[in-house]
Amino acid sequence: MTDTTSIESIAPDDLPPARSQWGDVWRQFKTHKGALIGMIFFVAILLFVLLGPWFWSIDPTYIDIRARNSGPSLLHPMGTDQLGRDTFARMMAGGQVSLAVGITAMLLALFLGTLVGVMSGYFKSLDGPLMRFTDLFLALPLLPLLLVIIMLFREPLNNQFGPEGGIFILMVSAIGITSWMQTARIVRGDVLSLKELEFVLAAKSIGTPPKRMITRHVLPNVLSPIMVSATLGIASAIITESSLSFLGLGFPPDFPTWGRLLYDGVIFIDQYPERVIWPGLAISLTVLSVNYIGDGVRDALDPRNRDR
Amino acid sequence: MLNYTIRRLLLAIPTLLFISLIIFLIIALSPGDPTASLPLSVPAEVREQIREALGFNEPIYIRYLLWLKTFVINEPMYYLQDVFGWEYDKSINPRVISWQTRSPVMDTIVQRVPQTLWVVGMSYVVGILIAVPIGIISAYKQYSIFDQIGTFISMVGFSVPTFFTGVLLIVVFSVMIPNDSFFWLPSIYDTTLVVEDWDSFWKQVRQMIMPVFVLSLFNAAQISRYMRASVLDNLRQDYVRTARSKGLSEKIVVLVHVLRNSLIPVITVIALGVPQVFGGAIITEQVFKVNGLGQLLILAIQDGDAPTVQTLTFIFAVLIVLFNLVADVLYGIMDPRIRYD
Amino acid sequence: MRTLKTILLATAASAVALTGAWADGHSKRGKDGELKIIYWQAPSILNPYLSGGTKDLEASSLVIEPLARYNETGAIVPWLAESVPTVENGGVSADLKSITWKLKSGLKWSNGEAVTPEDVIFSWKYCTTEGGGCAQVEKYKDVTSVEKIGDLTVKVTFGVAKPFPYGPFVGAQAPIINAKQFEGCLGAKAQECTTANFNPIGTGPFVVDNFKPNDVIQLSANPNYRDPNKPAFAKVTFKGGGSATDAGRAVMETGEFDYAWNMQLAPDVLAKMAAAGKGTIESGFGTLVERIMVNQTNPSSALGEERGTAKHPHPFLTDIAVRKALSMAIDRALLTEIGYGKAGRPTCNVLPAPTIYASTANDGCMKQDIAGAKKVLDDAGWKVGGDGVRAKDGVKLSMVYQTSTNAVRQDFQALIKQWWKEIGVESELRNIDASVFFGGNVSSPDTFQKFFADVEMYANNFDGTDPEAYMSNWGCSQAPSPANQWQGNNMQRYCSKEYDAMIAKYSTTGDLNERAALAKAMNDMLMQSYTIIPLVDRGRVSARSNKLGGTVMNTWDSELWNAADWFRIK
Repeated sequence: MTDTTSIESIAPDDLPPARSQWGDVWRQFKTHKGALIGMIFFVAILLFVLLGPWFWSIDPTYIDIRARNSGPSLLHPMGTDQLGRDTFARMMAGGQVSLAVGITAMLLALFLGTLVGVMSGYFKSLDGPLMRFTDLFLALPLLPLLLVIIMLFREPLNNQFGPEGGIFILMVSAIGITSWMQTARIVRGDVLSLKELEFVLAAKSIGTPPKRMITRHVLPNVLSPIMVSATLGIASAIITESSLSFLGLGFPPDFPTWGRLLYDGVIFIDQYPERVIWPGLAISLTVLSVNYIGDGVRDALDPRNRDR
Repeated sequence: MLNYTIRRLLLAIPTLLFISLIIFLIIALSPGDPTASLPLSVPAEVREQIREALGFNEPIYIRYLLWLKTFVINEPMYYLQDVFGWEYDKSINPRVISWQTRSPVMDTIVQRVPQTLWVVGMSYVVGILIAVPIGIISAYKQYSIFDQIGTFISMVGFSVPTFFTGVLLIVVFSVMIPNDSFFWLPSIYDTTLVVEDWDSFWKQVRQMIMPVFVLSLFNAAQISRYMRASVLDNLRQDYVRTARSKGLSEKIVVLVHVLRNSLIPVITVIALGVPQVFGGAIITEQVFKVNGLGQLLILAIQDGDAPTVQTLTFIFAVLIVLFNLVADVLYGIMDPRIRYD
Repeated sequence: MRTLKTILLATAASAVALTGAWADGHSKRGKDGELKIIYWQAPSILNPYLSGGTKDLEASSLVIEPLARYNETGAIVPWLAESVPTVENGGVSADLKSITWKLKSGLKWSNGEAVTPEDVIFSWKYCTTEGGGCAQVEKYKDVTSVEKIGDLTVKVTFGVAKPFPYGPFVGAQAPIINAKQFEGCLGAKAQECTTANFNPIGTGPFVVDNFKPNDVIQLSANPNYRDPNKPAFAKVTFKGGGSATDAGRAVMETGEFDYAWNMQLAPDVLAKMAAAGKGTIESGFGTLVERIMVNQTNPSSALGEERGTAKHPHPFLTDIAVRKALSMAIDRALLTEIGYGKAGRPTCNVLPAPTIYASTANDGCMKQDIAGAKKVLDDAGWKVGGDGVRAKDGVKLSMVYQTSTNAVRQDFQALIKQWWKEIGVESELRNIDASVFFGGNVSSPDTFQKFFADVEMYANNFDGTDPEAYMSNWGCSQAPSPANQWQGNNMQRYCSKEYDAMIAKYSTTGDLNERAALAKAMNDMLMQSYTIIPLVDRGRVSARSNKLGGTVMNTWDSELWNAADWFRIK
């Protein structure tokens, strides 16, 4: 809570004389209660996974076989798994990977999807080819495709960026390039109908160049579906990451991630339910907070809201 | 619009041919092997003979052309033989044969369609029916309690994967509740059940409850988010203010004007989802042993059964192209300003 | 759709009619109603000659049967044959080149026709015809002819002396199929006979009513089964799909099914399920050994085409001290307890059974000895560096450790990695999808034959009770290499002239005791080279409902081998 109060107390002190556009956006964002709470949760989760390991010295891969299957205690606040690894430490380490992969892959998919969607919705000549290209990607069989990707790129990337960097790049691009299509289709649909609205026609008639048209008029108005795609995208990227590691595409098997912790926990669901609850809660909280942040951002960027 | 549709349908043929080629290349390049699931005690020479007998060792382009011919010419011939009274000879015009089961792939697919539609299709319909009203109400009463709860449930529903919710339901309804209780539900889907009277219909309903619930929660979560966002966008538009100032009732403003205009992104999502229904739901099918098309595909991939994977994926591609066309046509109907010609 | 429905209804109707008939005629057959079996891998075909998969073999064993099969102790018992031919009873010729089988008299196929020697001969022809892609050709290795001698007798002749002539027509892999039904299915035509492959006419206790590939099989009692009082069940539903957990739950917790196969689950999960009181775990031990293979060649990708070949020996795993230390650092008892529970036992041999072949010379490995392992490495000159990893002459003990994706294997990897770390050996873990790892696709770098890693873990066993083919796996020529398209089972690329000489001797030795001594010596030689590090002798585990009686766990043949004797406990 301290974060917000400090932010709020700073803001009125140094009110700038000229209202910049981003200042307006921030001011609007602040008034959105849900977005602020979402922001606090998100920052808290980030602090937990990034700074937590500094204070919590147990190695997430260290096996203490005598302590296996133990419930929550002072020594292991979230208990241990079937090999006696500390779940608390694994949640932190796993969060780093899951968040990094989830957010990066989501951004990549969003970028590709928005690019393709706007281009094909706005430029008639590109519509056909780009949408057939989207159909192609939608139709590709995912598993064989991923297996081909591993086969072709794992070793070159490993040699280039080291084992961890290589796997990260591989995983993010694999998720990114196989999940942008829905966003593209949705954005295109919206752009198609937006293009015919009066204000776009008006802007066009005064000779606004396409680049400016897209960034100033089209993009802000298709923001809401993009925001929804973003929130849903993070969740599916985190889950997809865990299924990729089963194919041998992901991080080494002893490397925890939220998705993997969840999957490994399901088999013990009726004996040690906490093993599924922790990672499940972490993923849900992340997605919820991103969702509210997204709501806030969209409202803040909407000029019609600003006068209220 | 008609012109556009016909043009797109014609264009779909080369598109699909190209897609089928790419799919084939990916499957052929991926490191699967039809003998991978045999026990290790089967020696290498025998494995080689099996691959030889299946035609796995032919050059890729021959395998592709062969598949294309069997799928595009022989399969329709087989299915139309009754209609046109053709003499169909399977030794001259073989059908697409699976490497796992050594039986025609299409027969297995046809066998799997009913249970896939019952479970996956039904959950999709249920999902849409729940999602659309929830999306509208959530947007209309933004930040009300209803909206907050809806957001919470749909976000949790989307971020908790079905392999978790499915198992949770089984533990509660099949394990914890005793076998003879009214609330007990079967954990294993009986694909041989034939619905012929009330009794078997009730059985069918009971075995569908859990998988349909799990899947529709997931579907509804996604669709309701897009619906809500889109309605919100439209509620802020000038035409809504105009309509209200004209004195139209709120019901008409929301259900006629806003709804129609906010359906565009939702139509896209729904149209993209229909081929997915056909593709099955791999995880849910596995959890409840529904053995639909999703399970067929995943087993075929694991066993390196290229003809089955190719055929299923290609049918899937046809549906994607088709339903994206449907979506495009619907855009034009929903929003007459959109012109393709 | 309509046809499917009519078939279903018709079969249901006929089944009802038949059950009625039995109730009048025979008092016992079919009295116990329906038996429900679940295999979490669904059968895709009911012809074992076209699919070697365990799930298919076991499902088809309900319908088609061999002349003789293995019982739960691994002994060969007559099945369709009157007795098991041996040299003593004159059934096997003195030069070990032929074996003569006599069918039981009065045997009938499920369609009522008599079983004849022609059917036996045809089964051999079916599997050995070119272009059929028969998965069980190995069973008919060296057979030169199968002839009819009398009305019920067939003689199998081998091209070489066969000390163990029980390959053809023995066990679930080599059953007798109906000659008339499969007549048109020889060679390349085998792929077209869908009806026959899905619905083979058999001699077994059950007949297929409806087969849905990769989903479910419905069977009913065979009206012409040789014992008029069996089977006790009138119908069988054989469901496939899901996972081991789901199948175990269905038998032991919800009670929906009677029998579930292959419960590869963590011991505490199994214990929890058994606590529900609806089912029991049954296990038995065969020859399946989970082992770590230690690569003798250098897998470095810098070597390009020549990686993993005998040209480039491994930089440090060729040092026996390192291999020995790796083995000493492992606590096999703990691995077994965590991974397999009652379904496993620690082992120090790659050939753990049958009893006459089991060596005791290597049992020292049972006890974990971290201090000893450290000493072995110290003595060999591997010094601990600043990062805790040992090195000598600039070579660091740092390895890649690969296996297939499987929950138990990943737990093993994590545990073993930690033990190795304690003795100063660093390892990077890698898991690969089983369909790629065990697939022989030459284009993939991740197959277990290519072995582009330093150590790898998997399990292997042999069919039946004779280990000759299995022990021959580690001959020099069996090493996978580019020259043989990476085929062969000598994954670690072990090569010893002495061992090759023993393989040659084995193939010409006839006396059972001599063969056993030789097999033991070969096992010891491999074990003392530490190129194979055995971990756990894995048993088969299945779950049985407490209401199902008569099951006898058999690890040498199909688990459903005696399904005719199963009955319902009321």
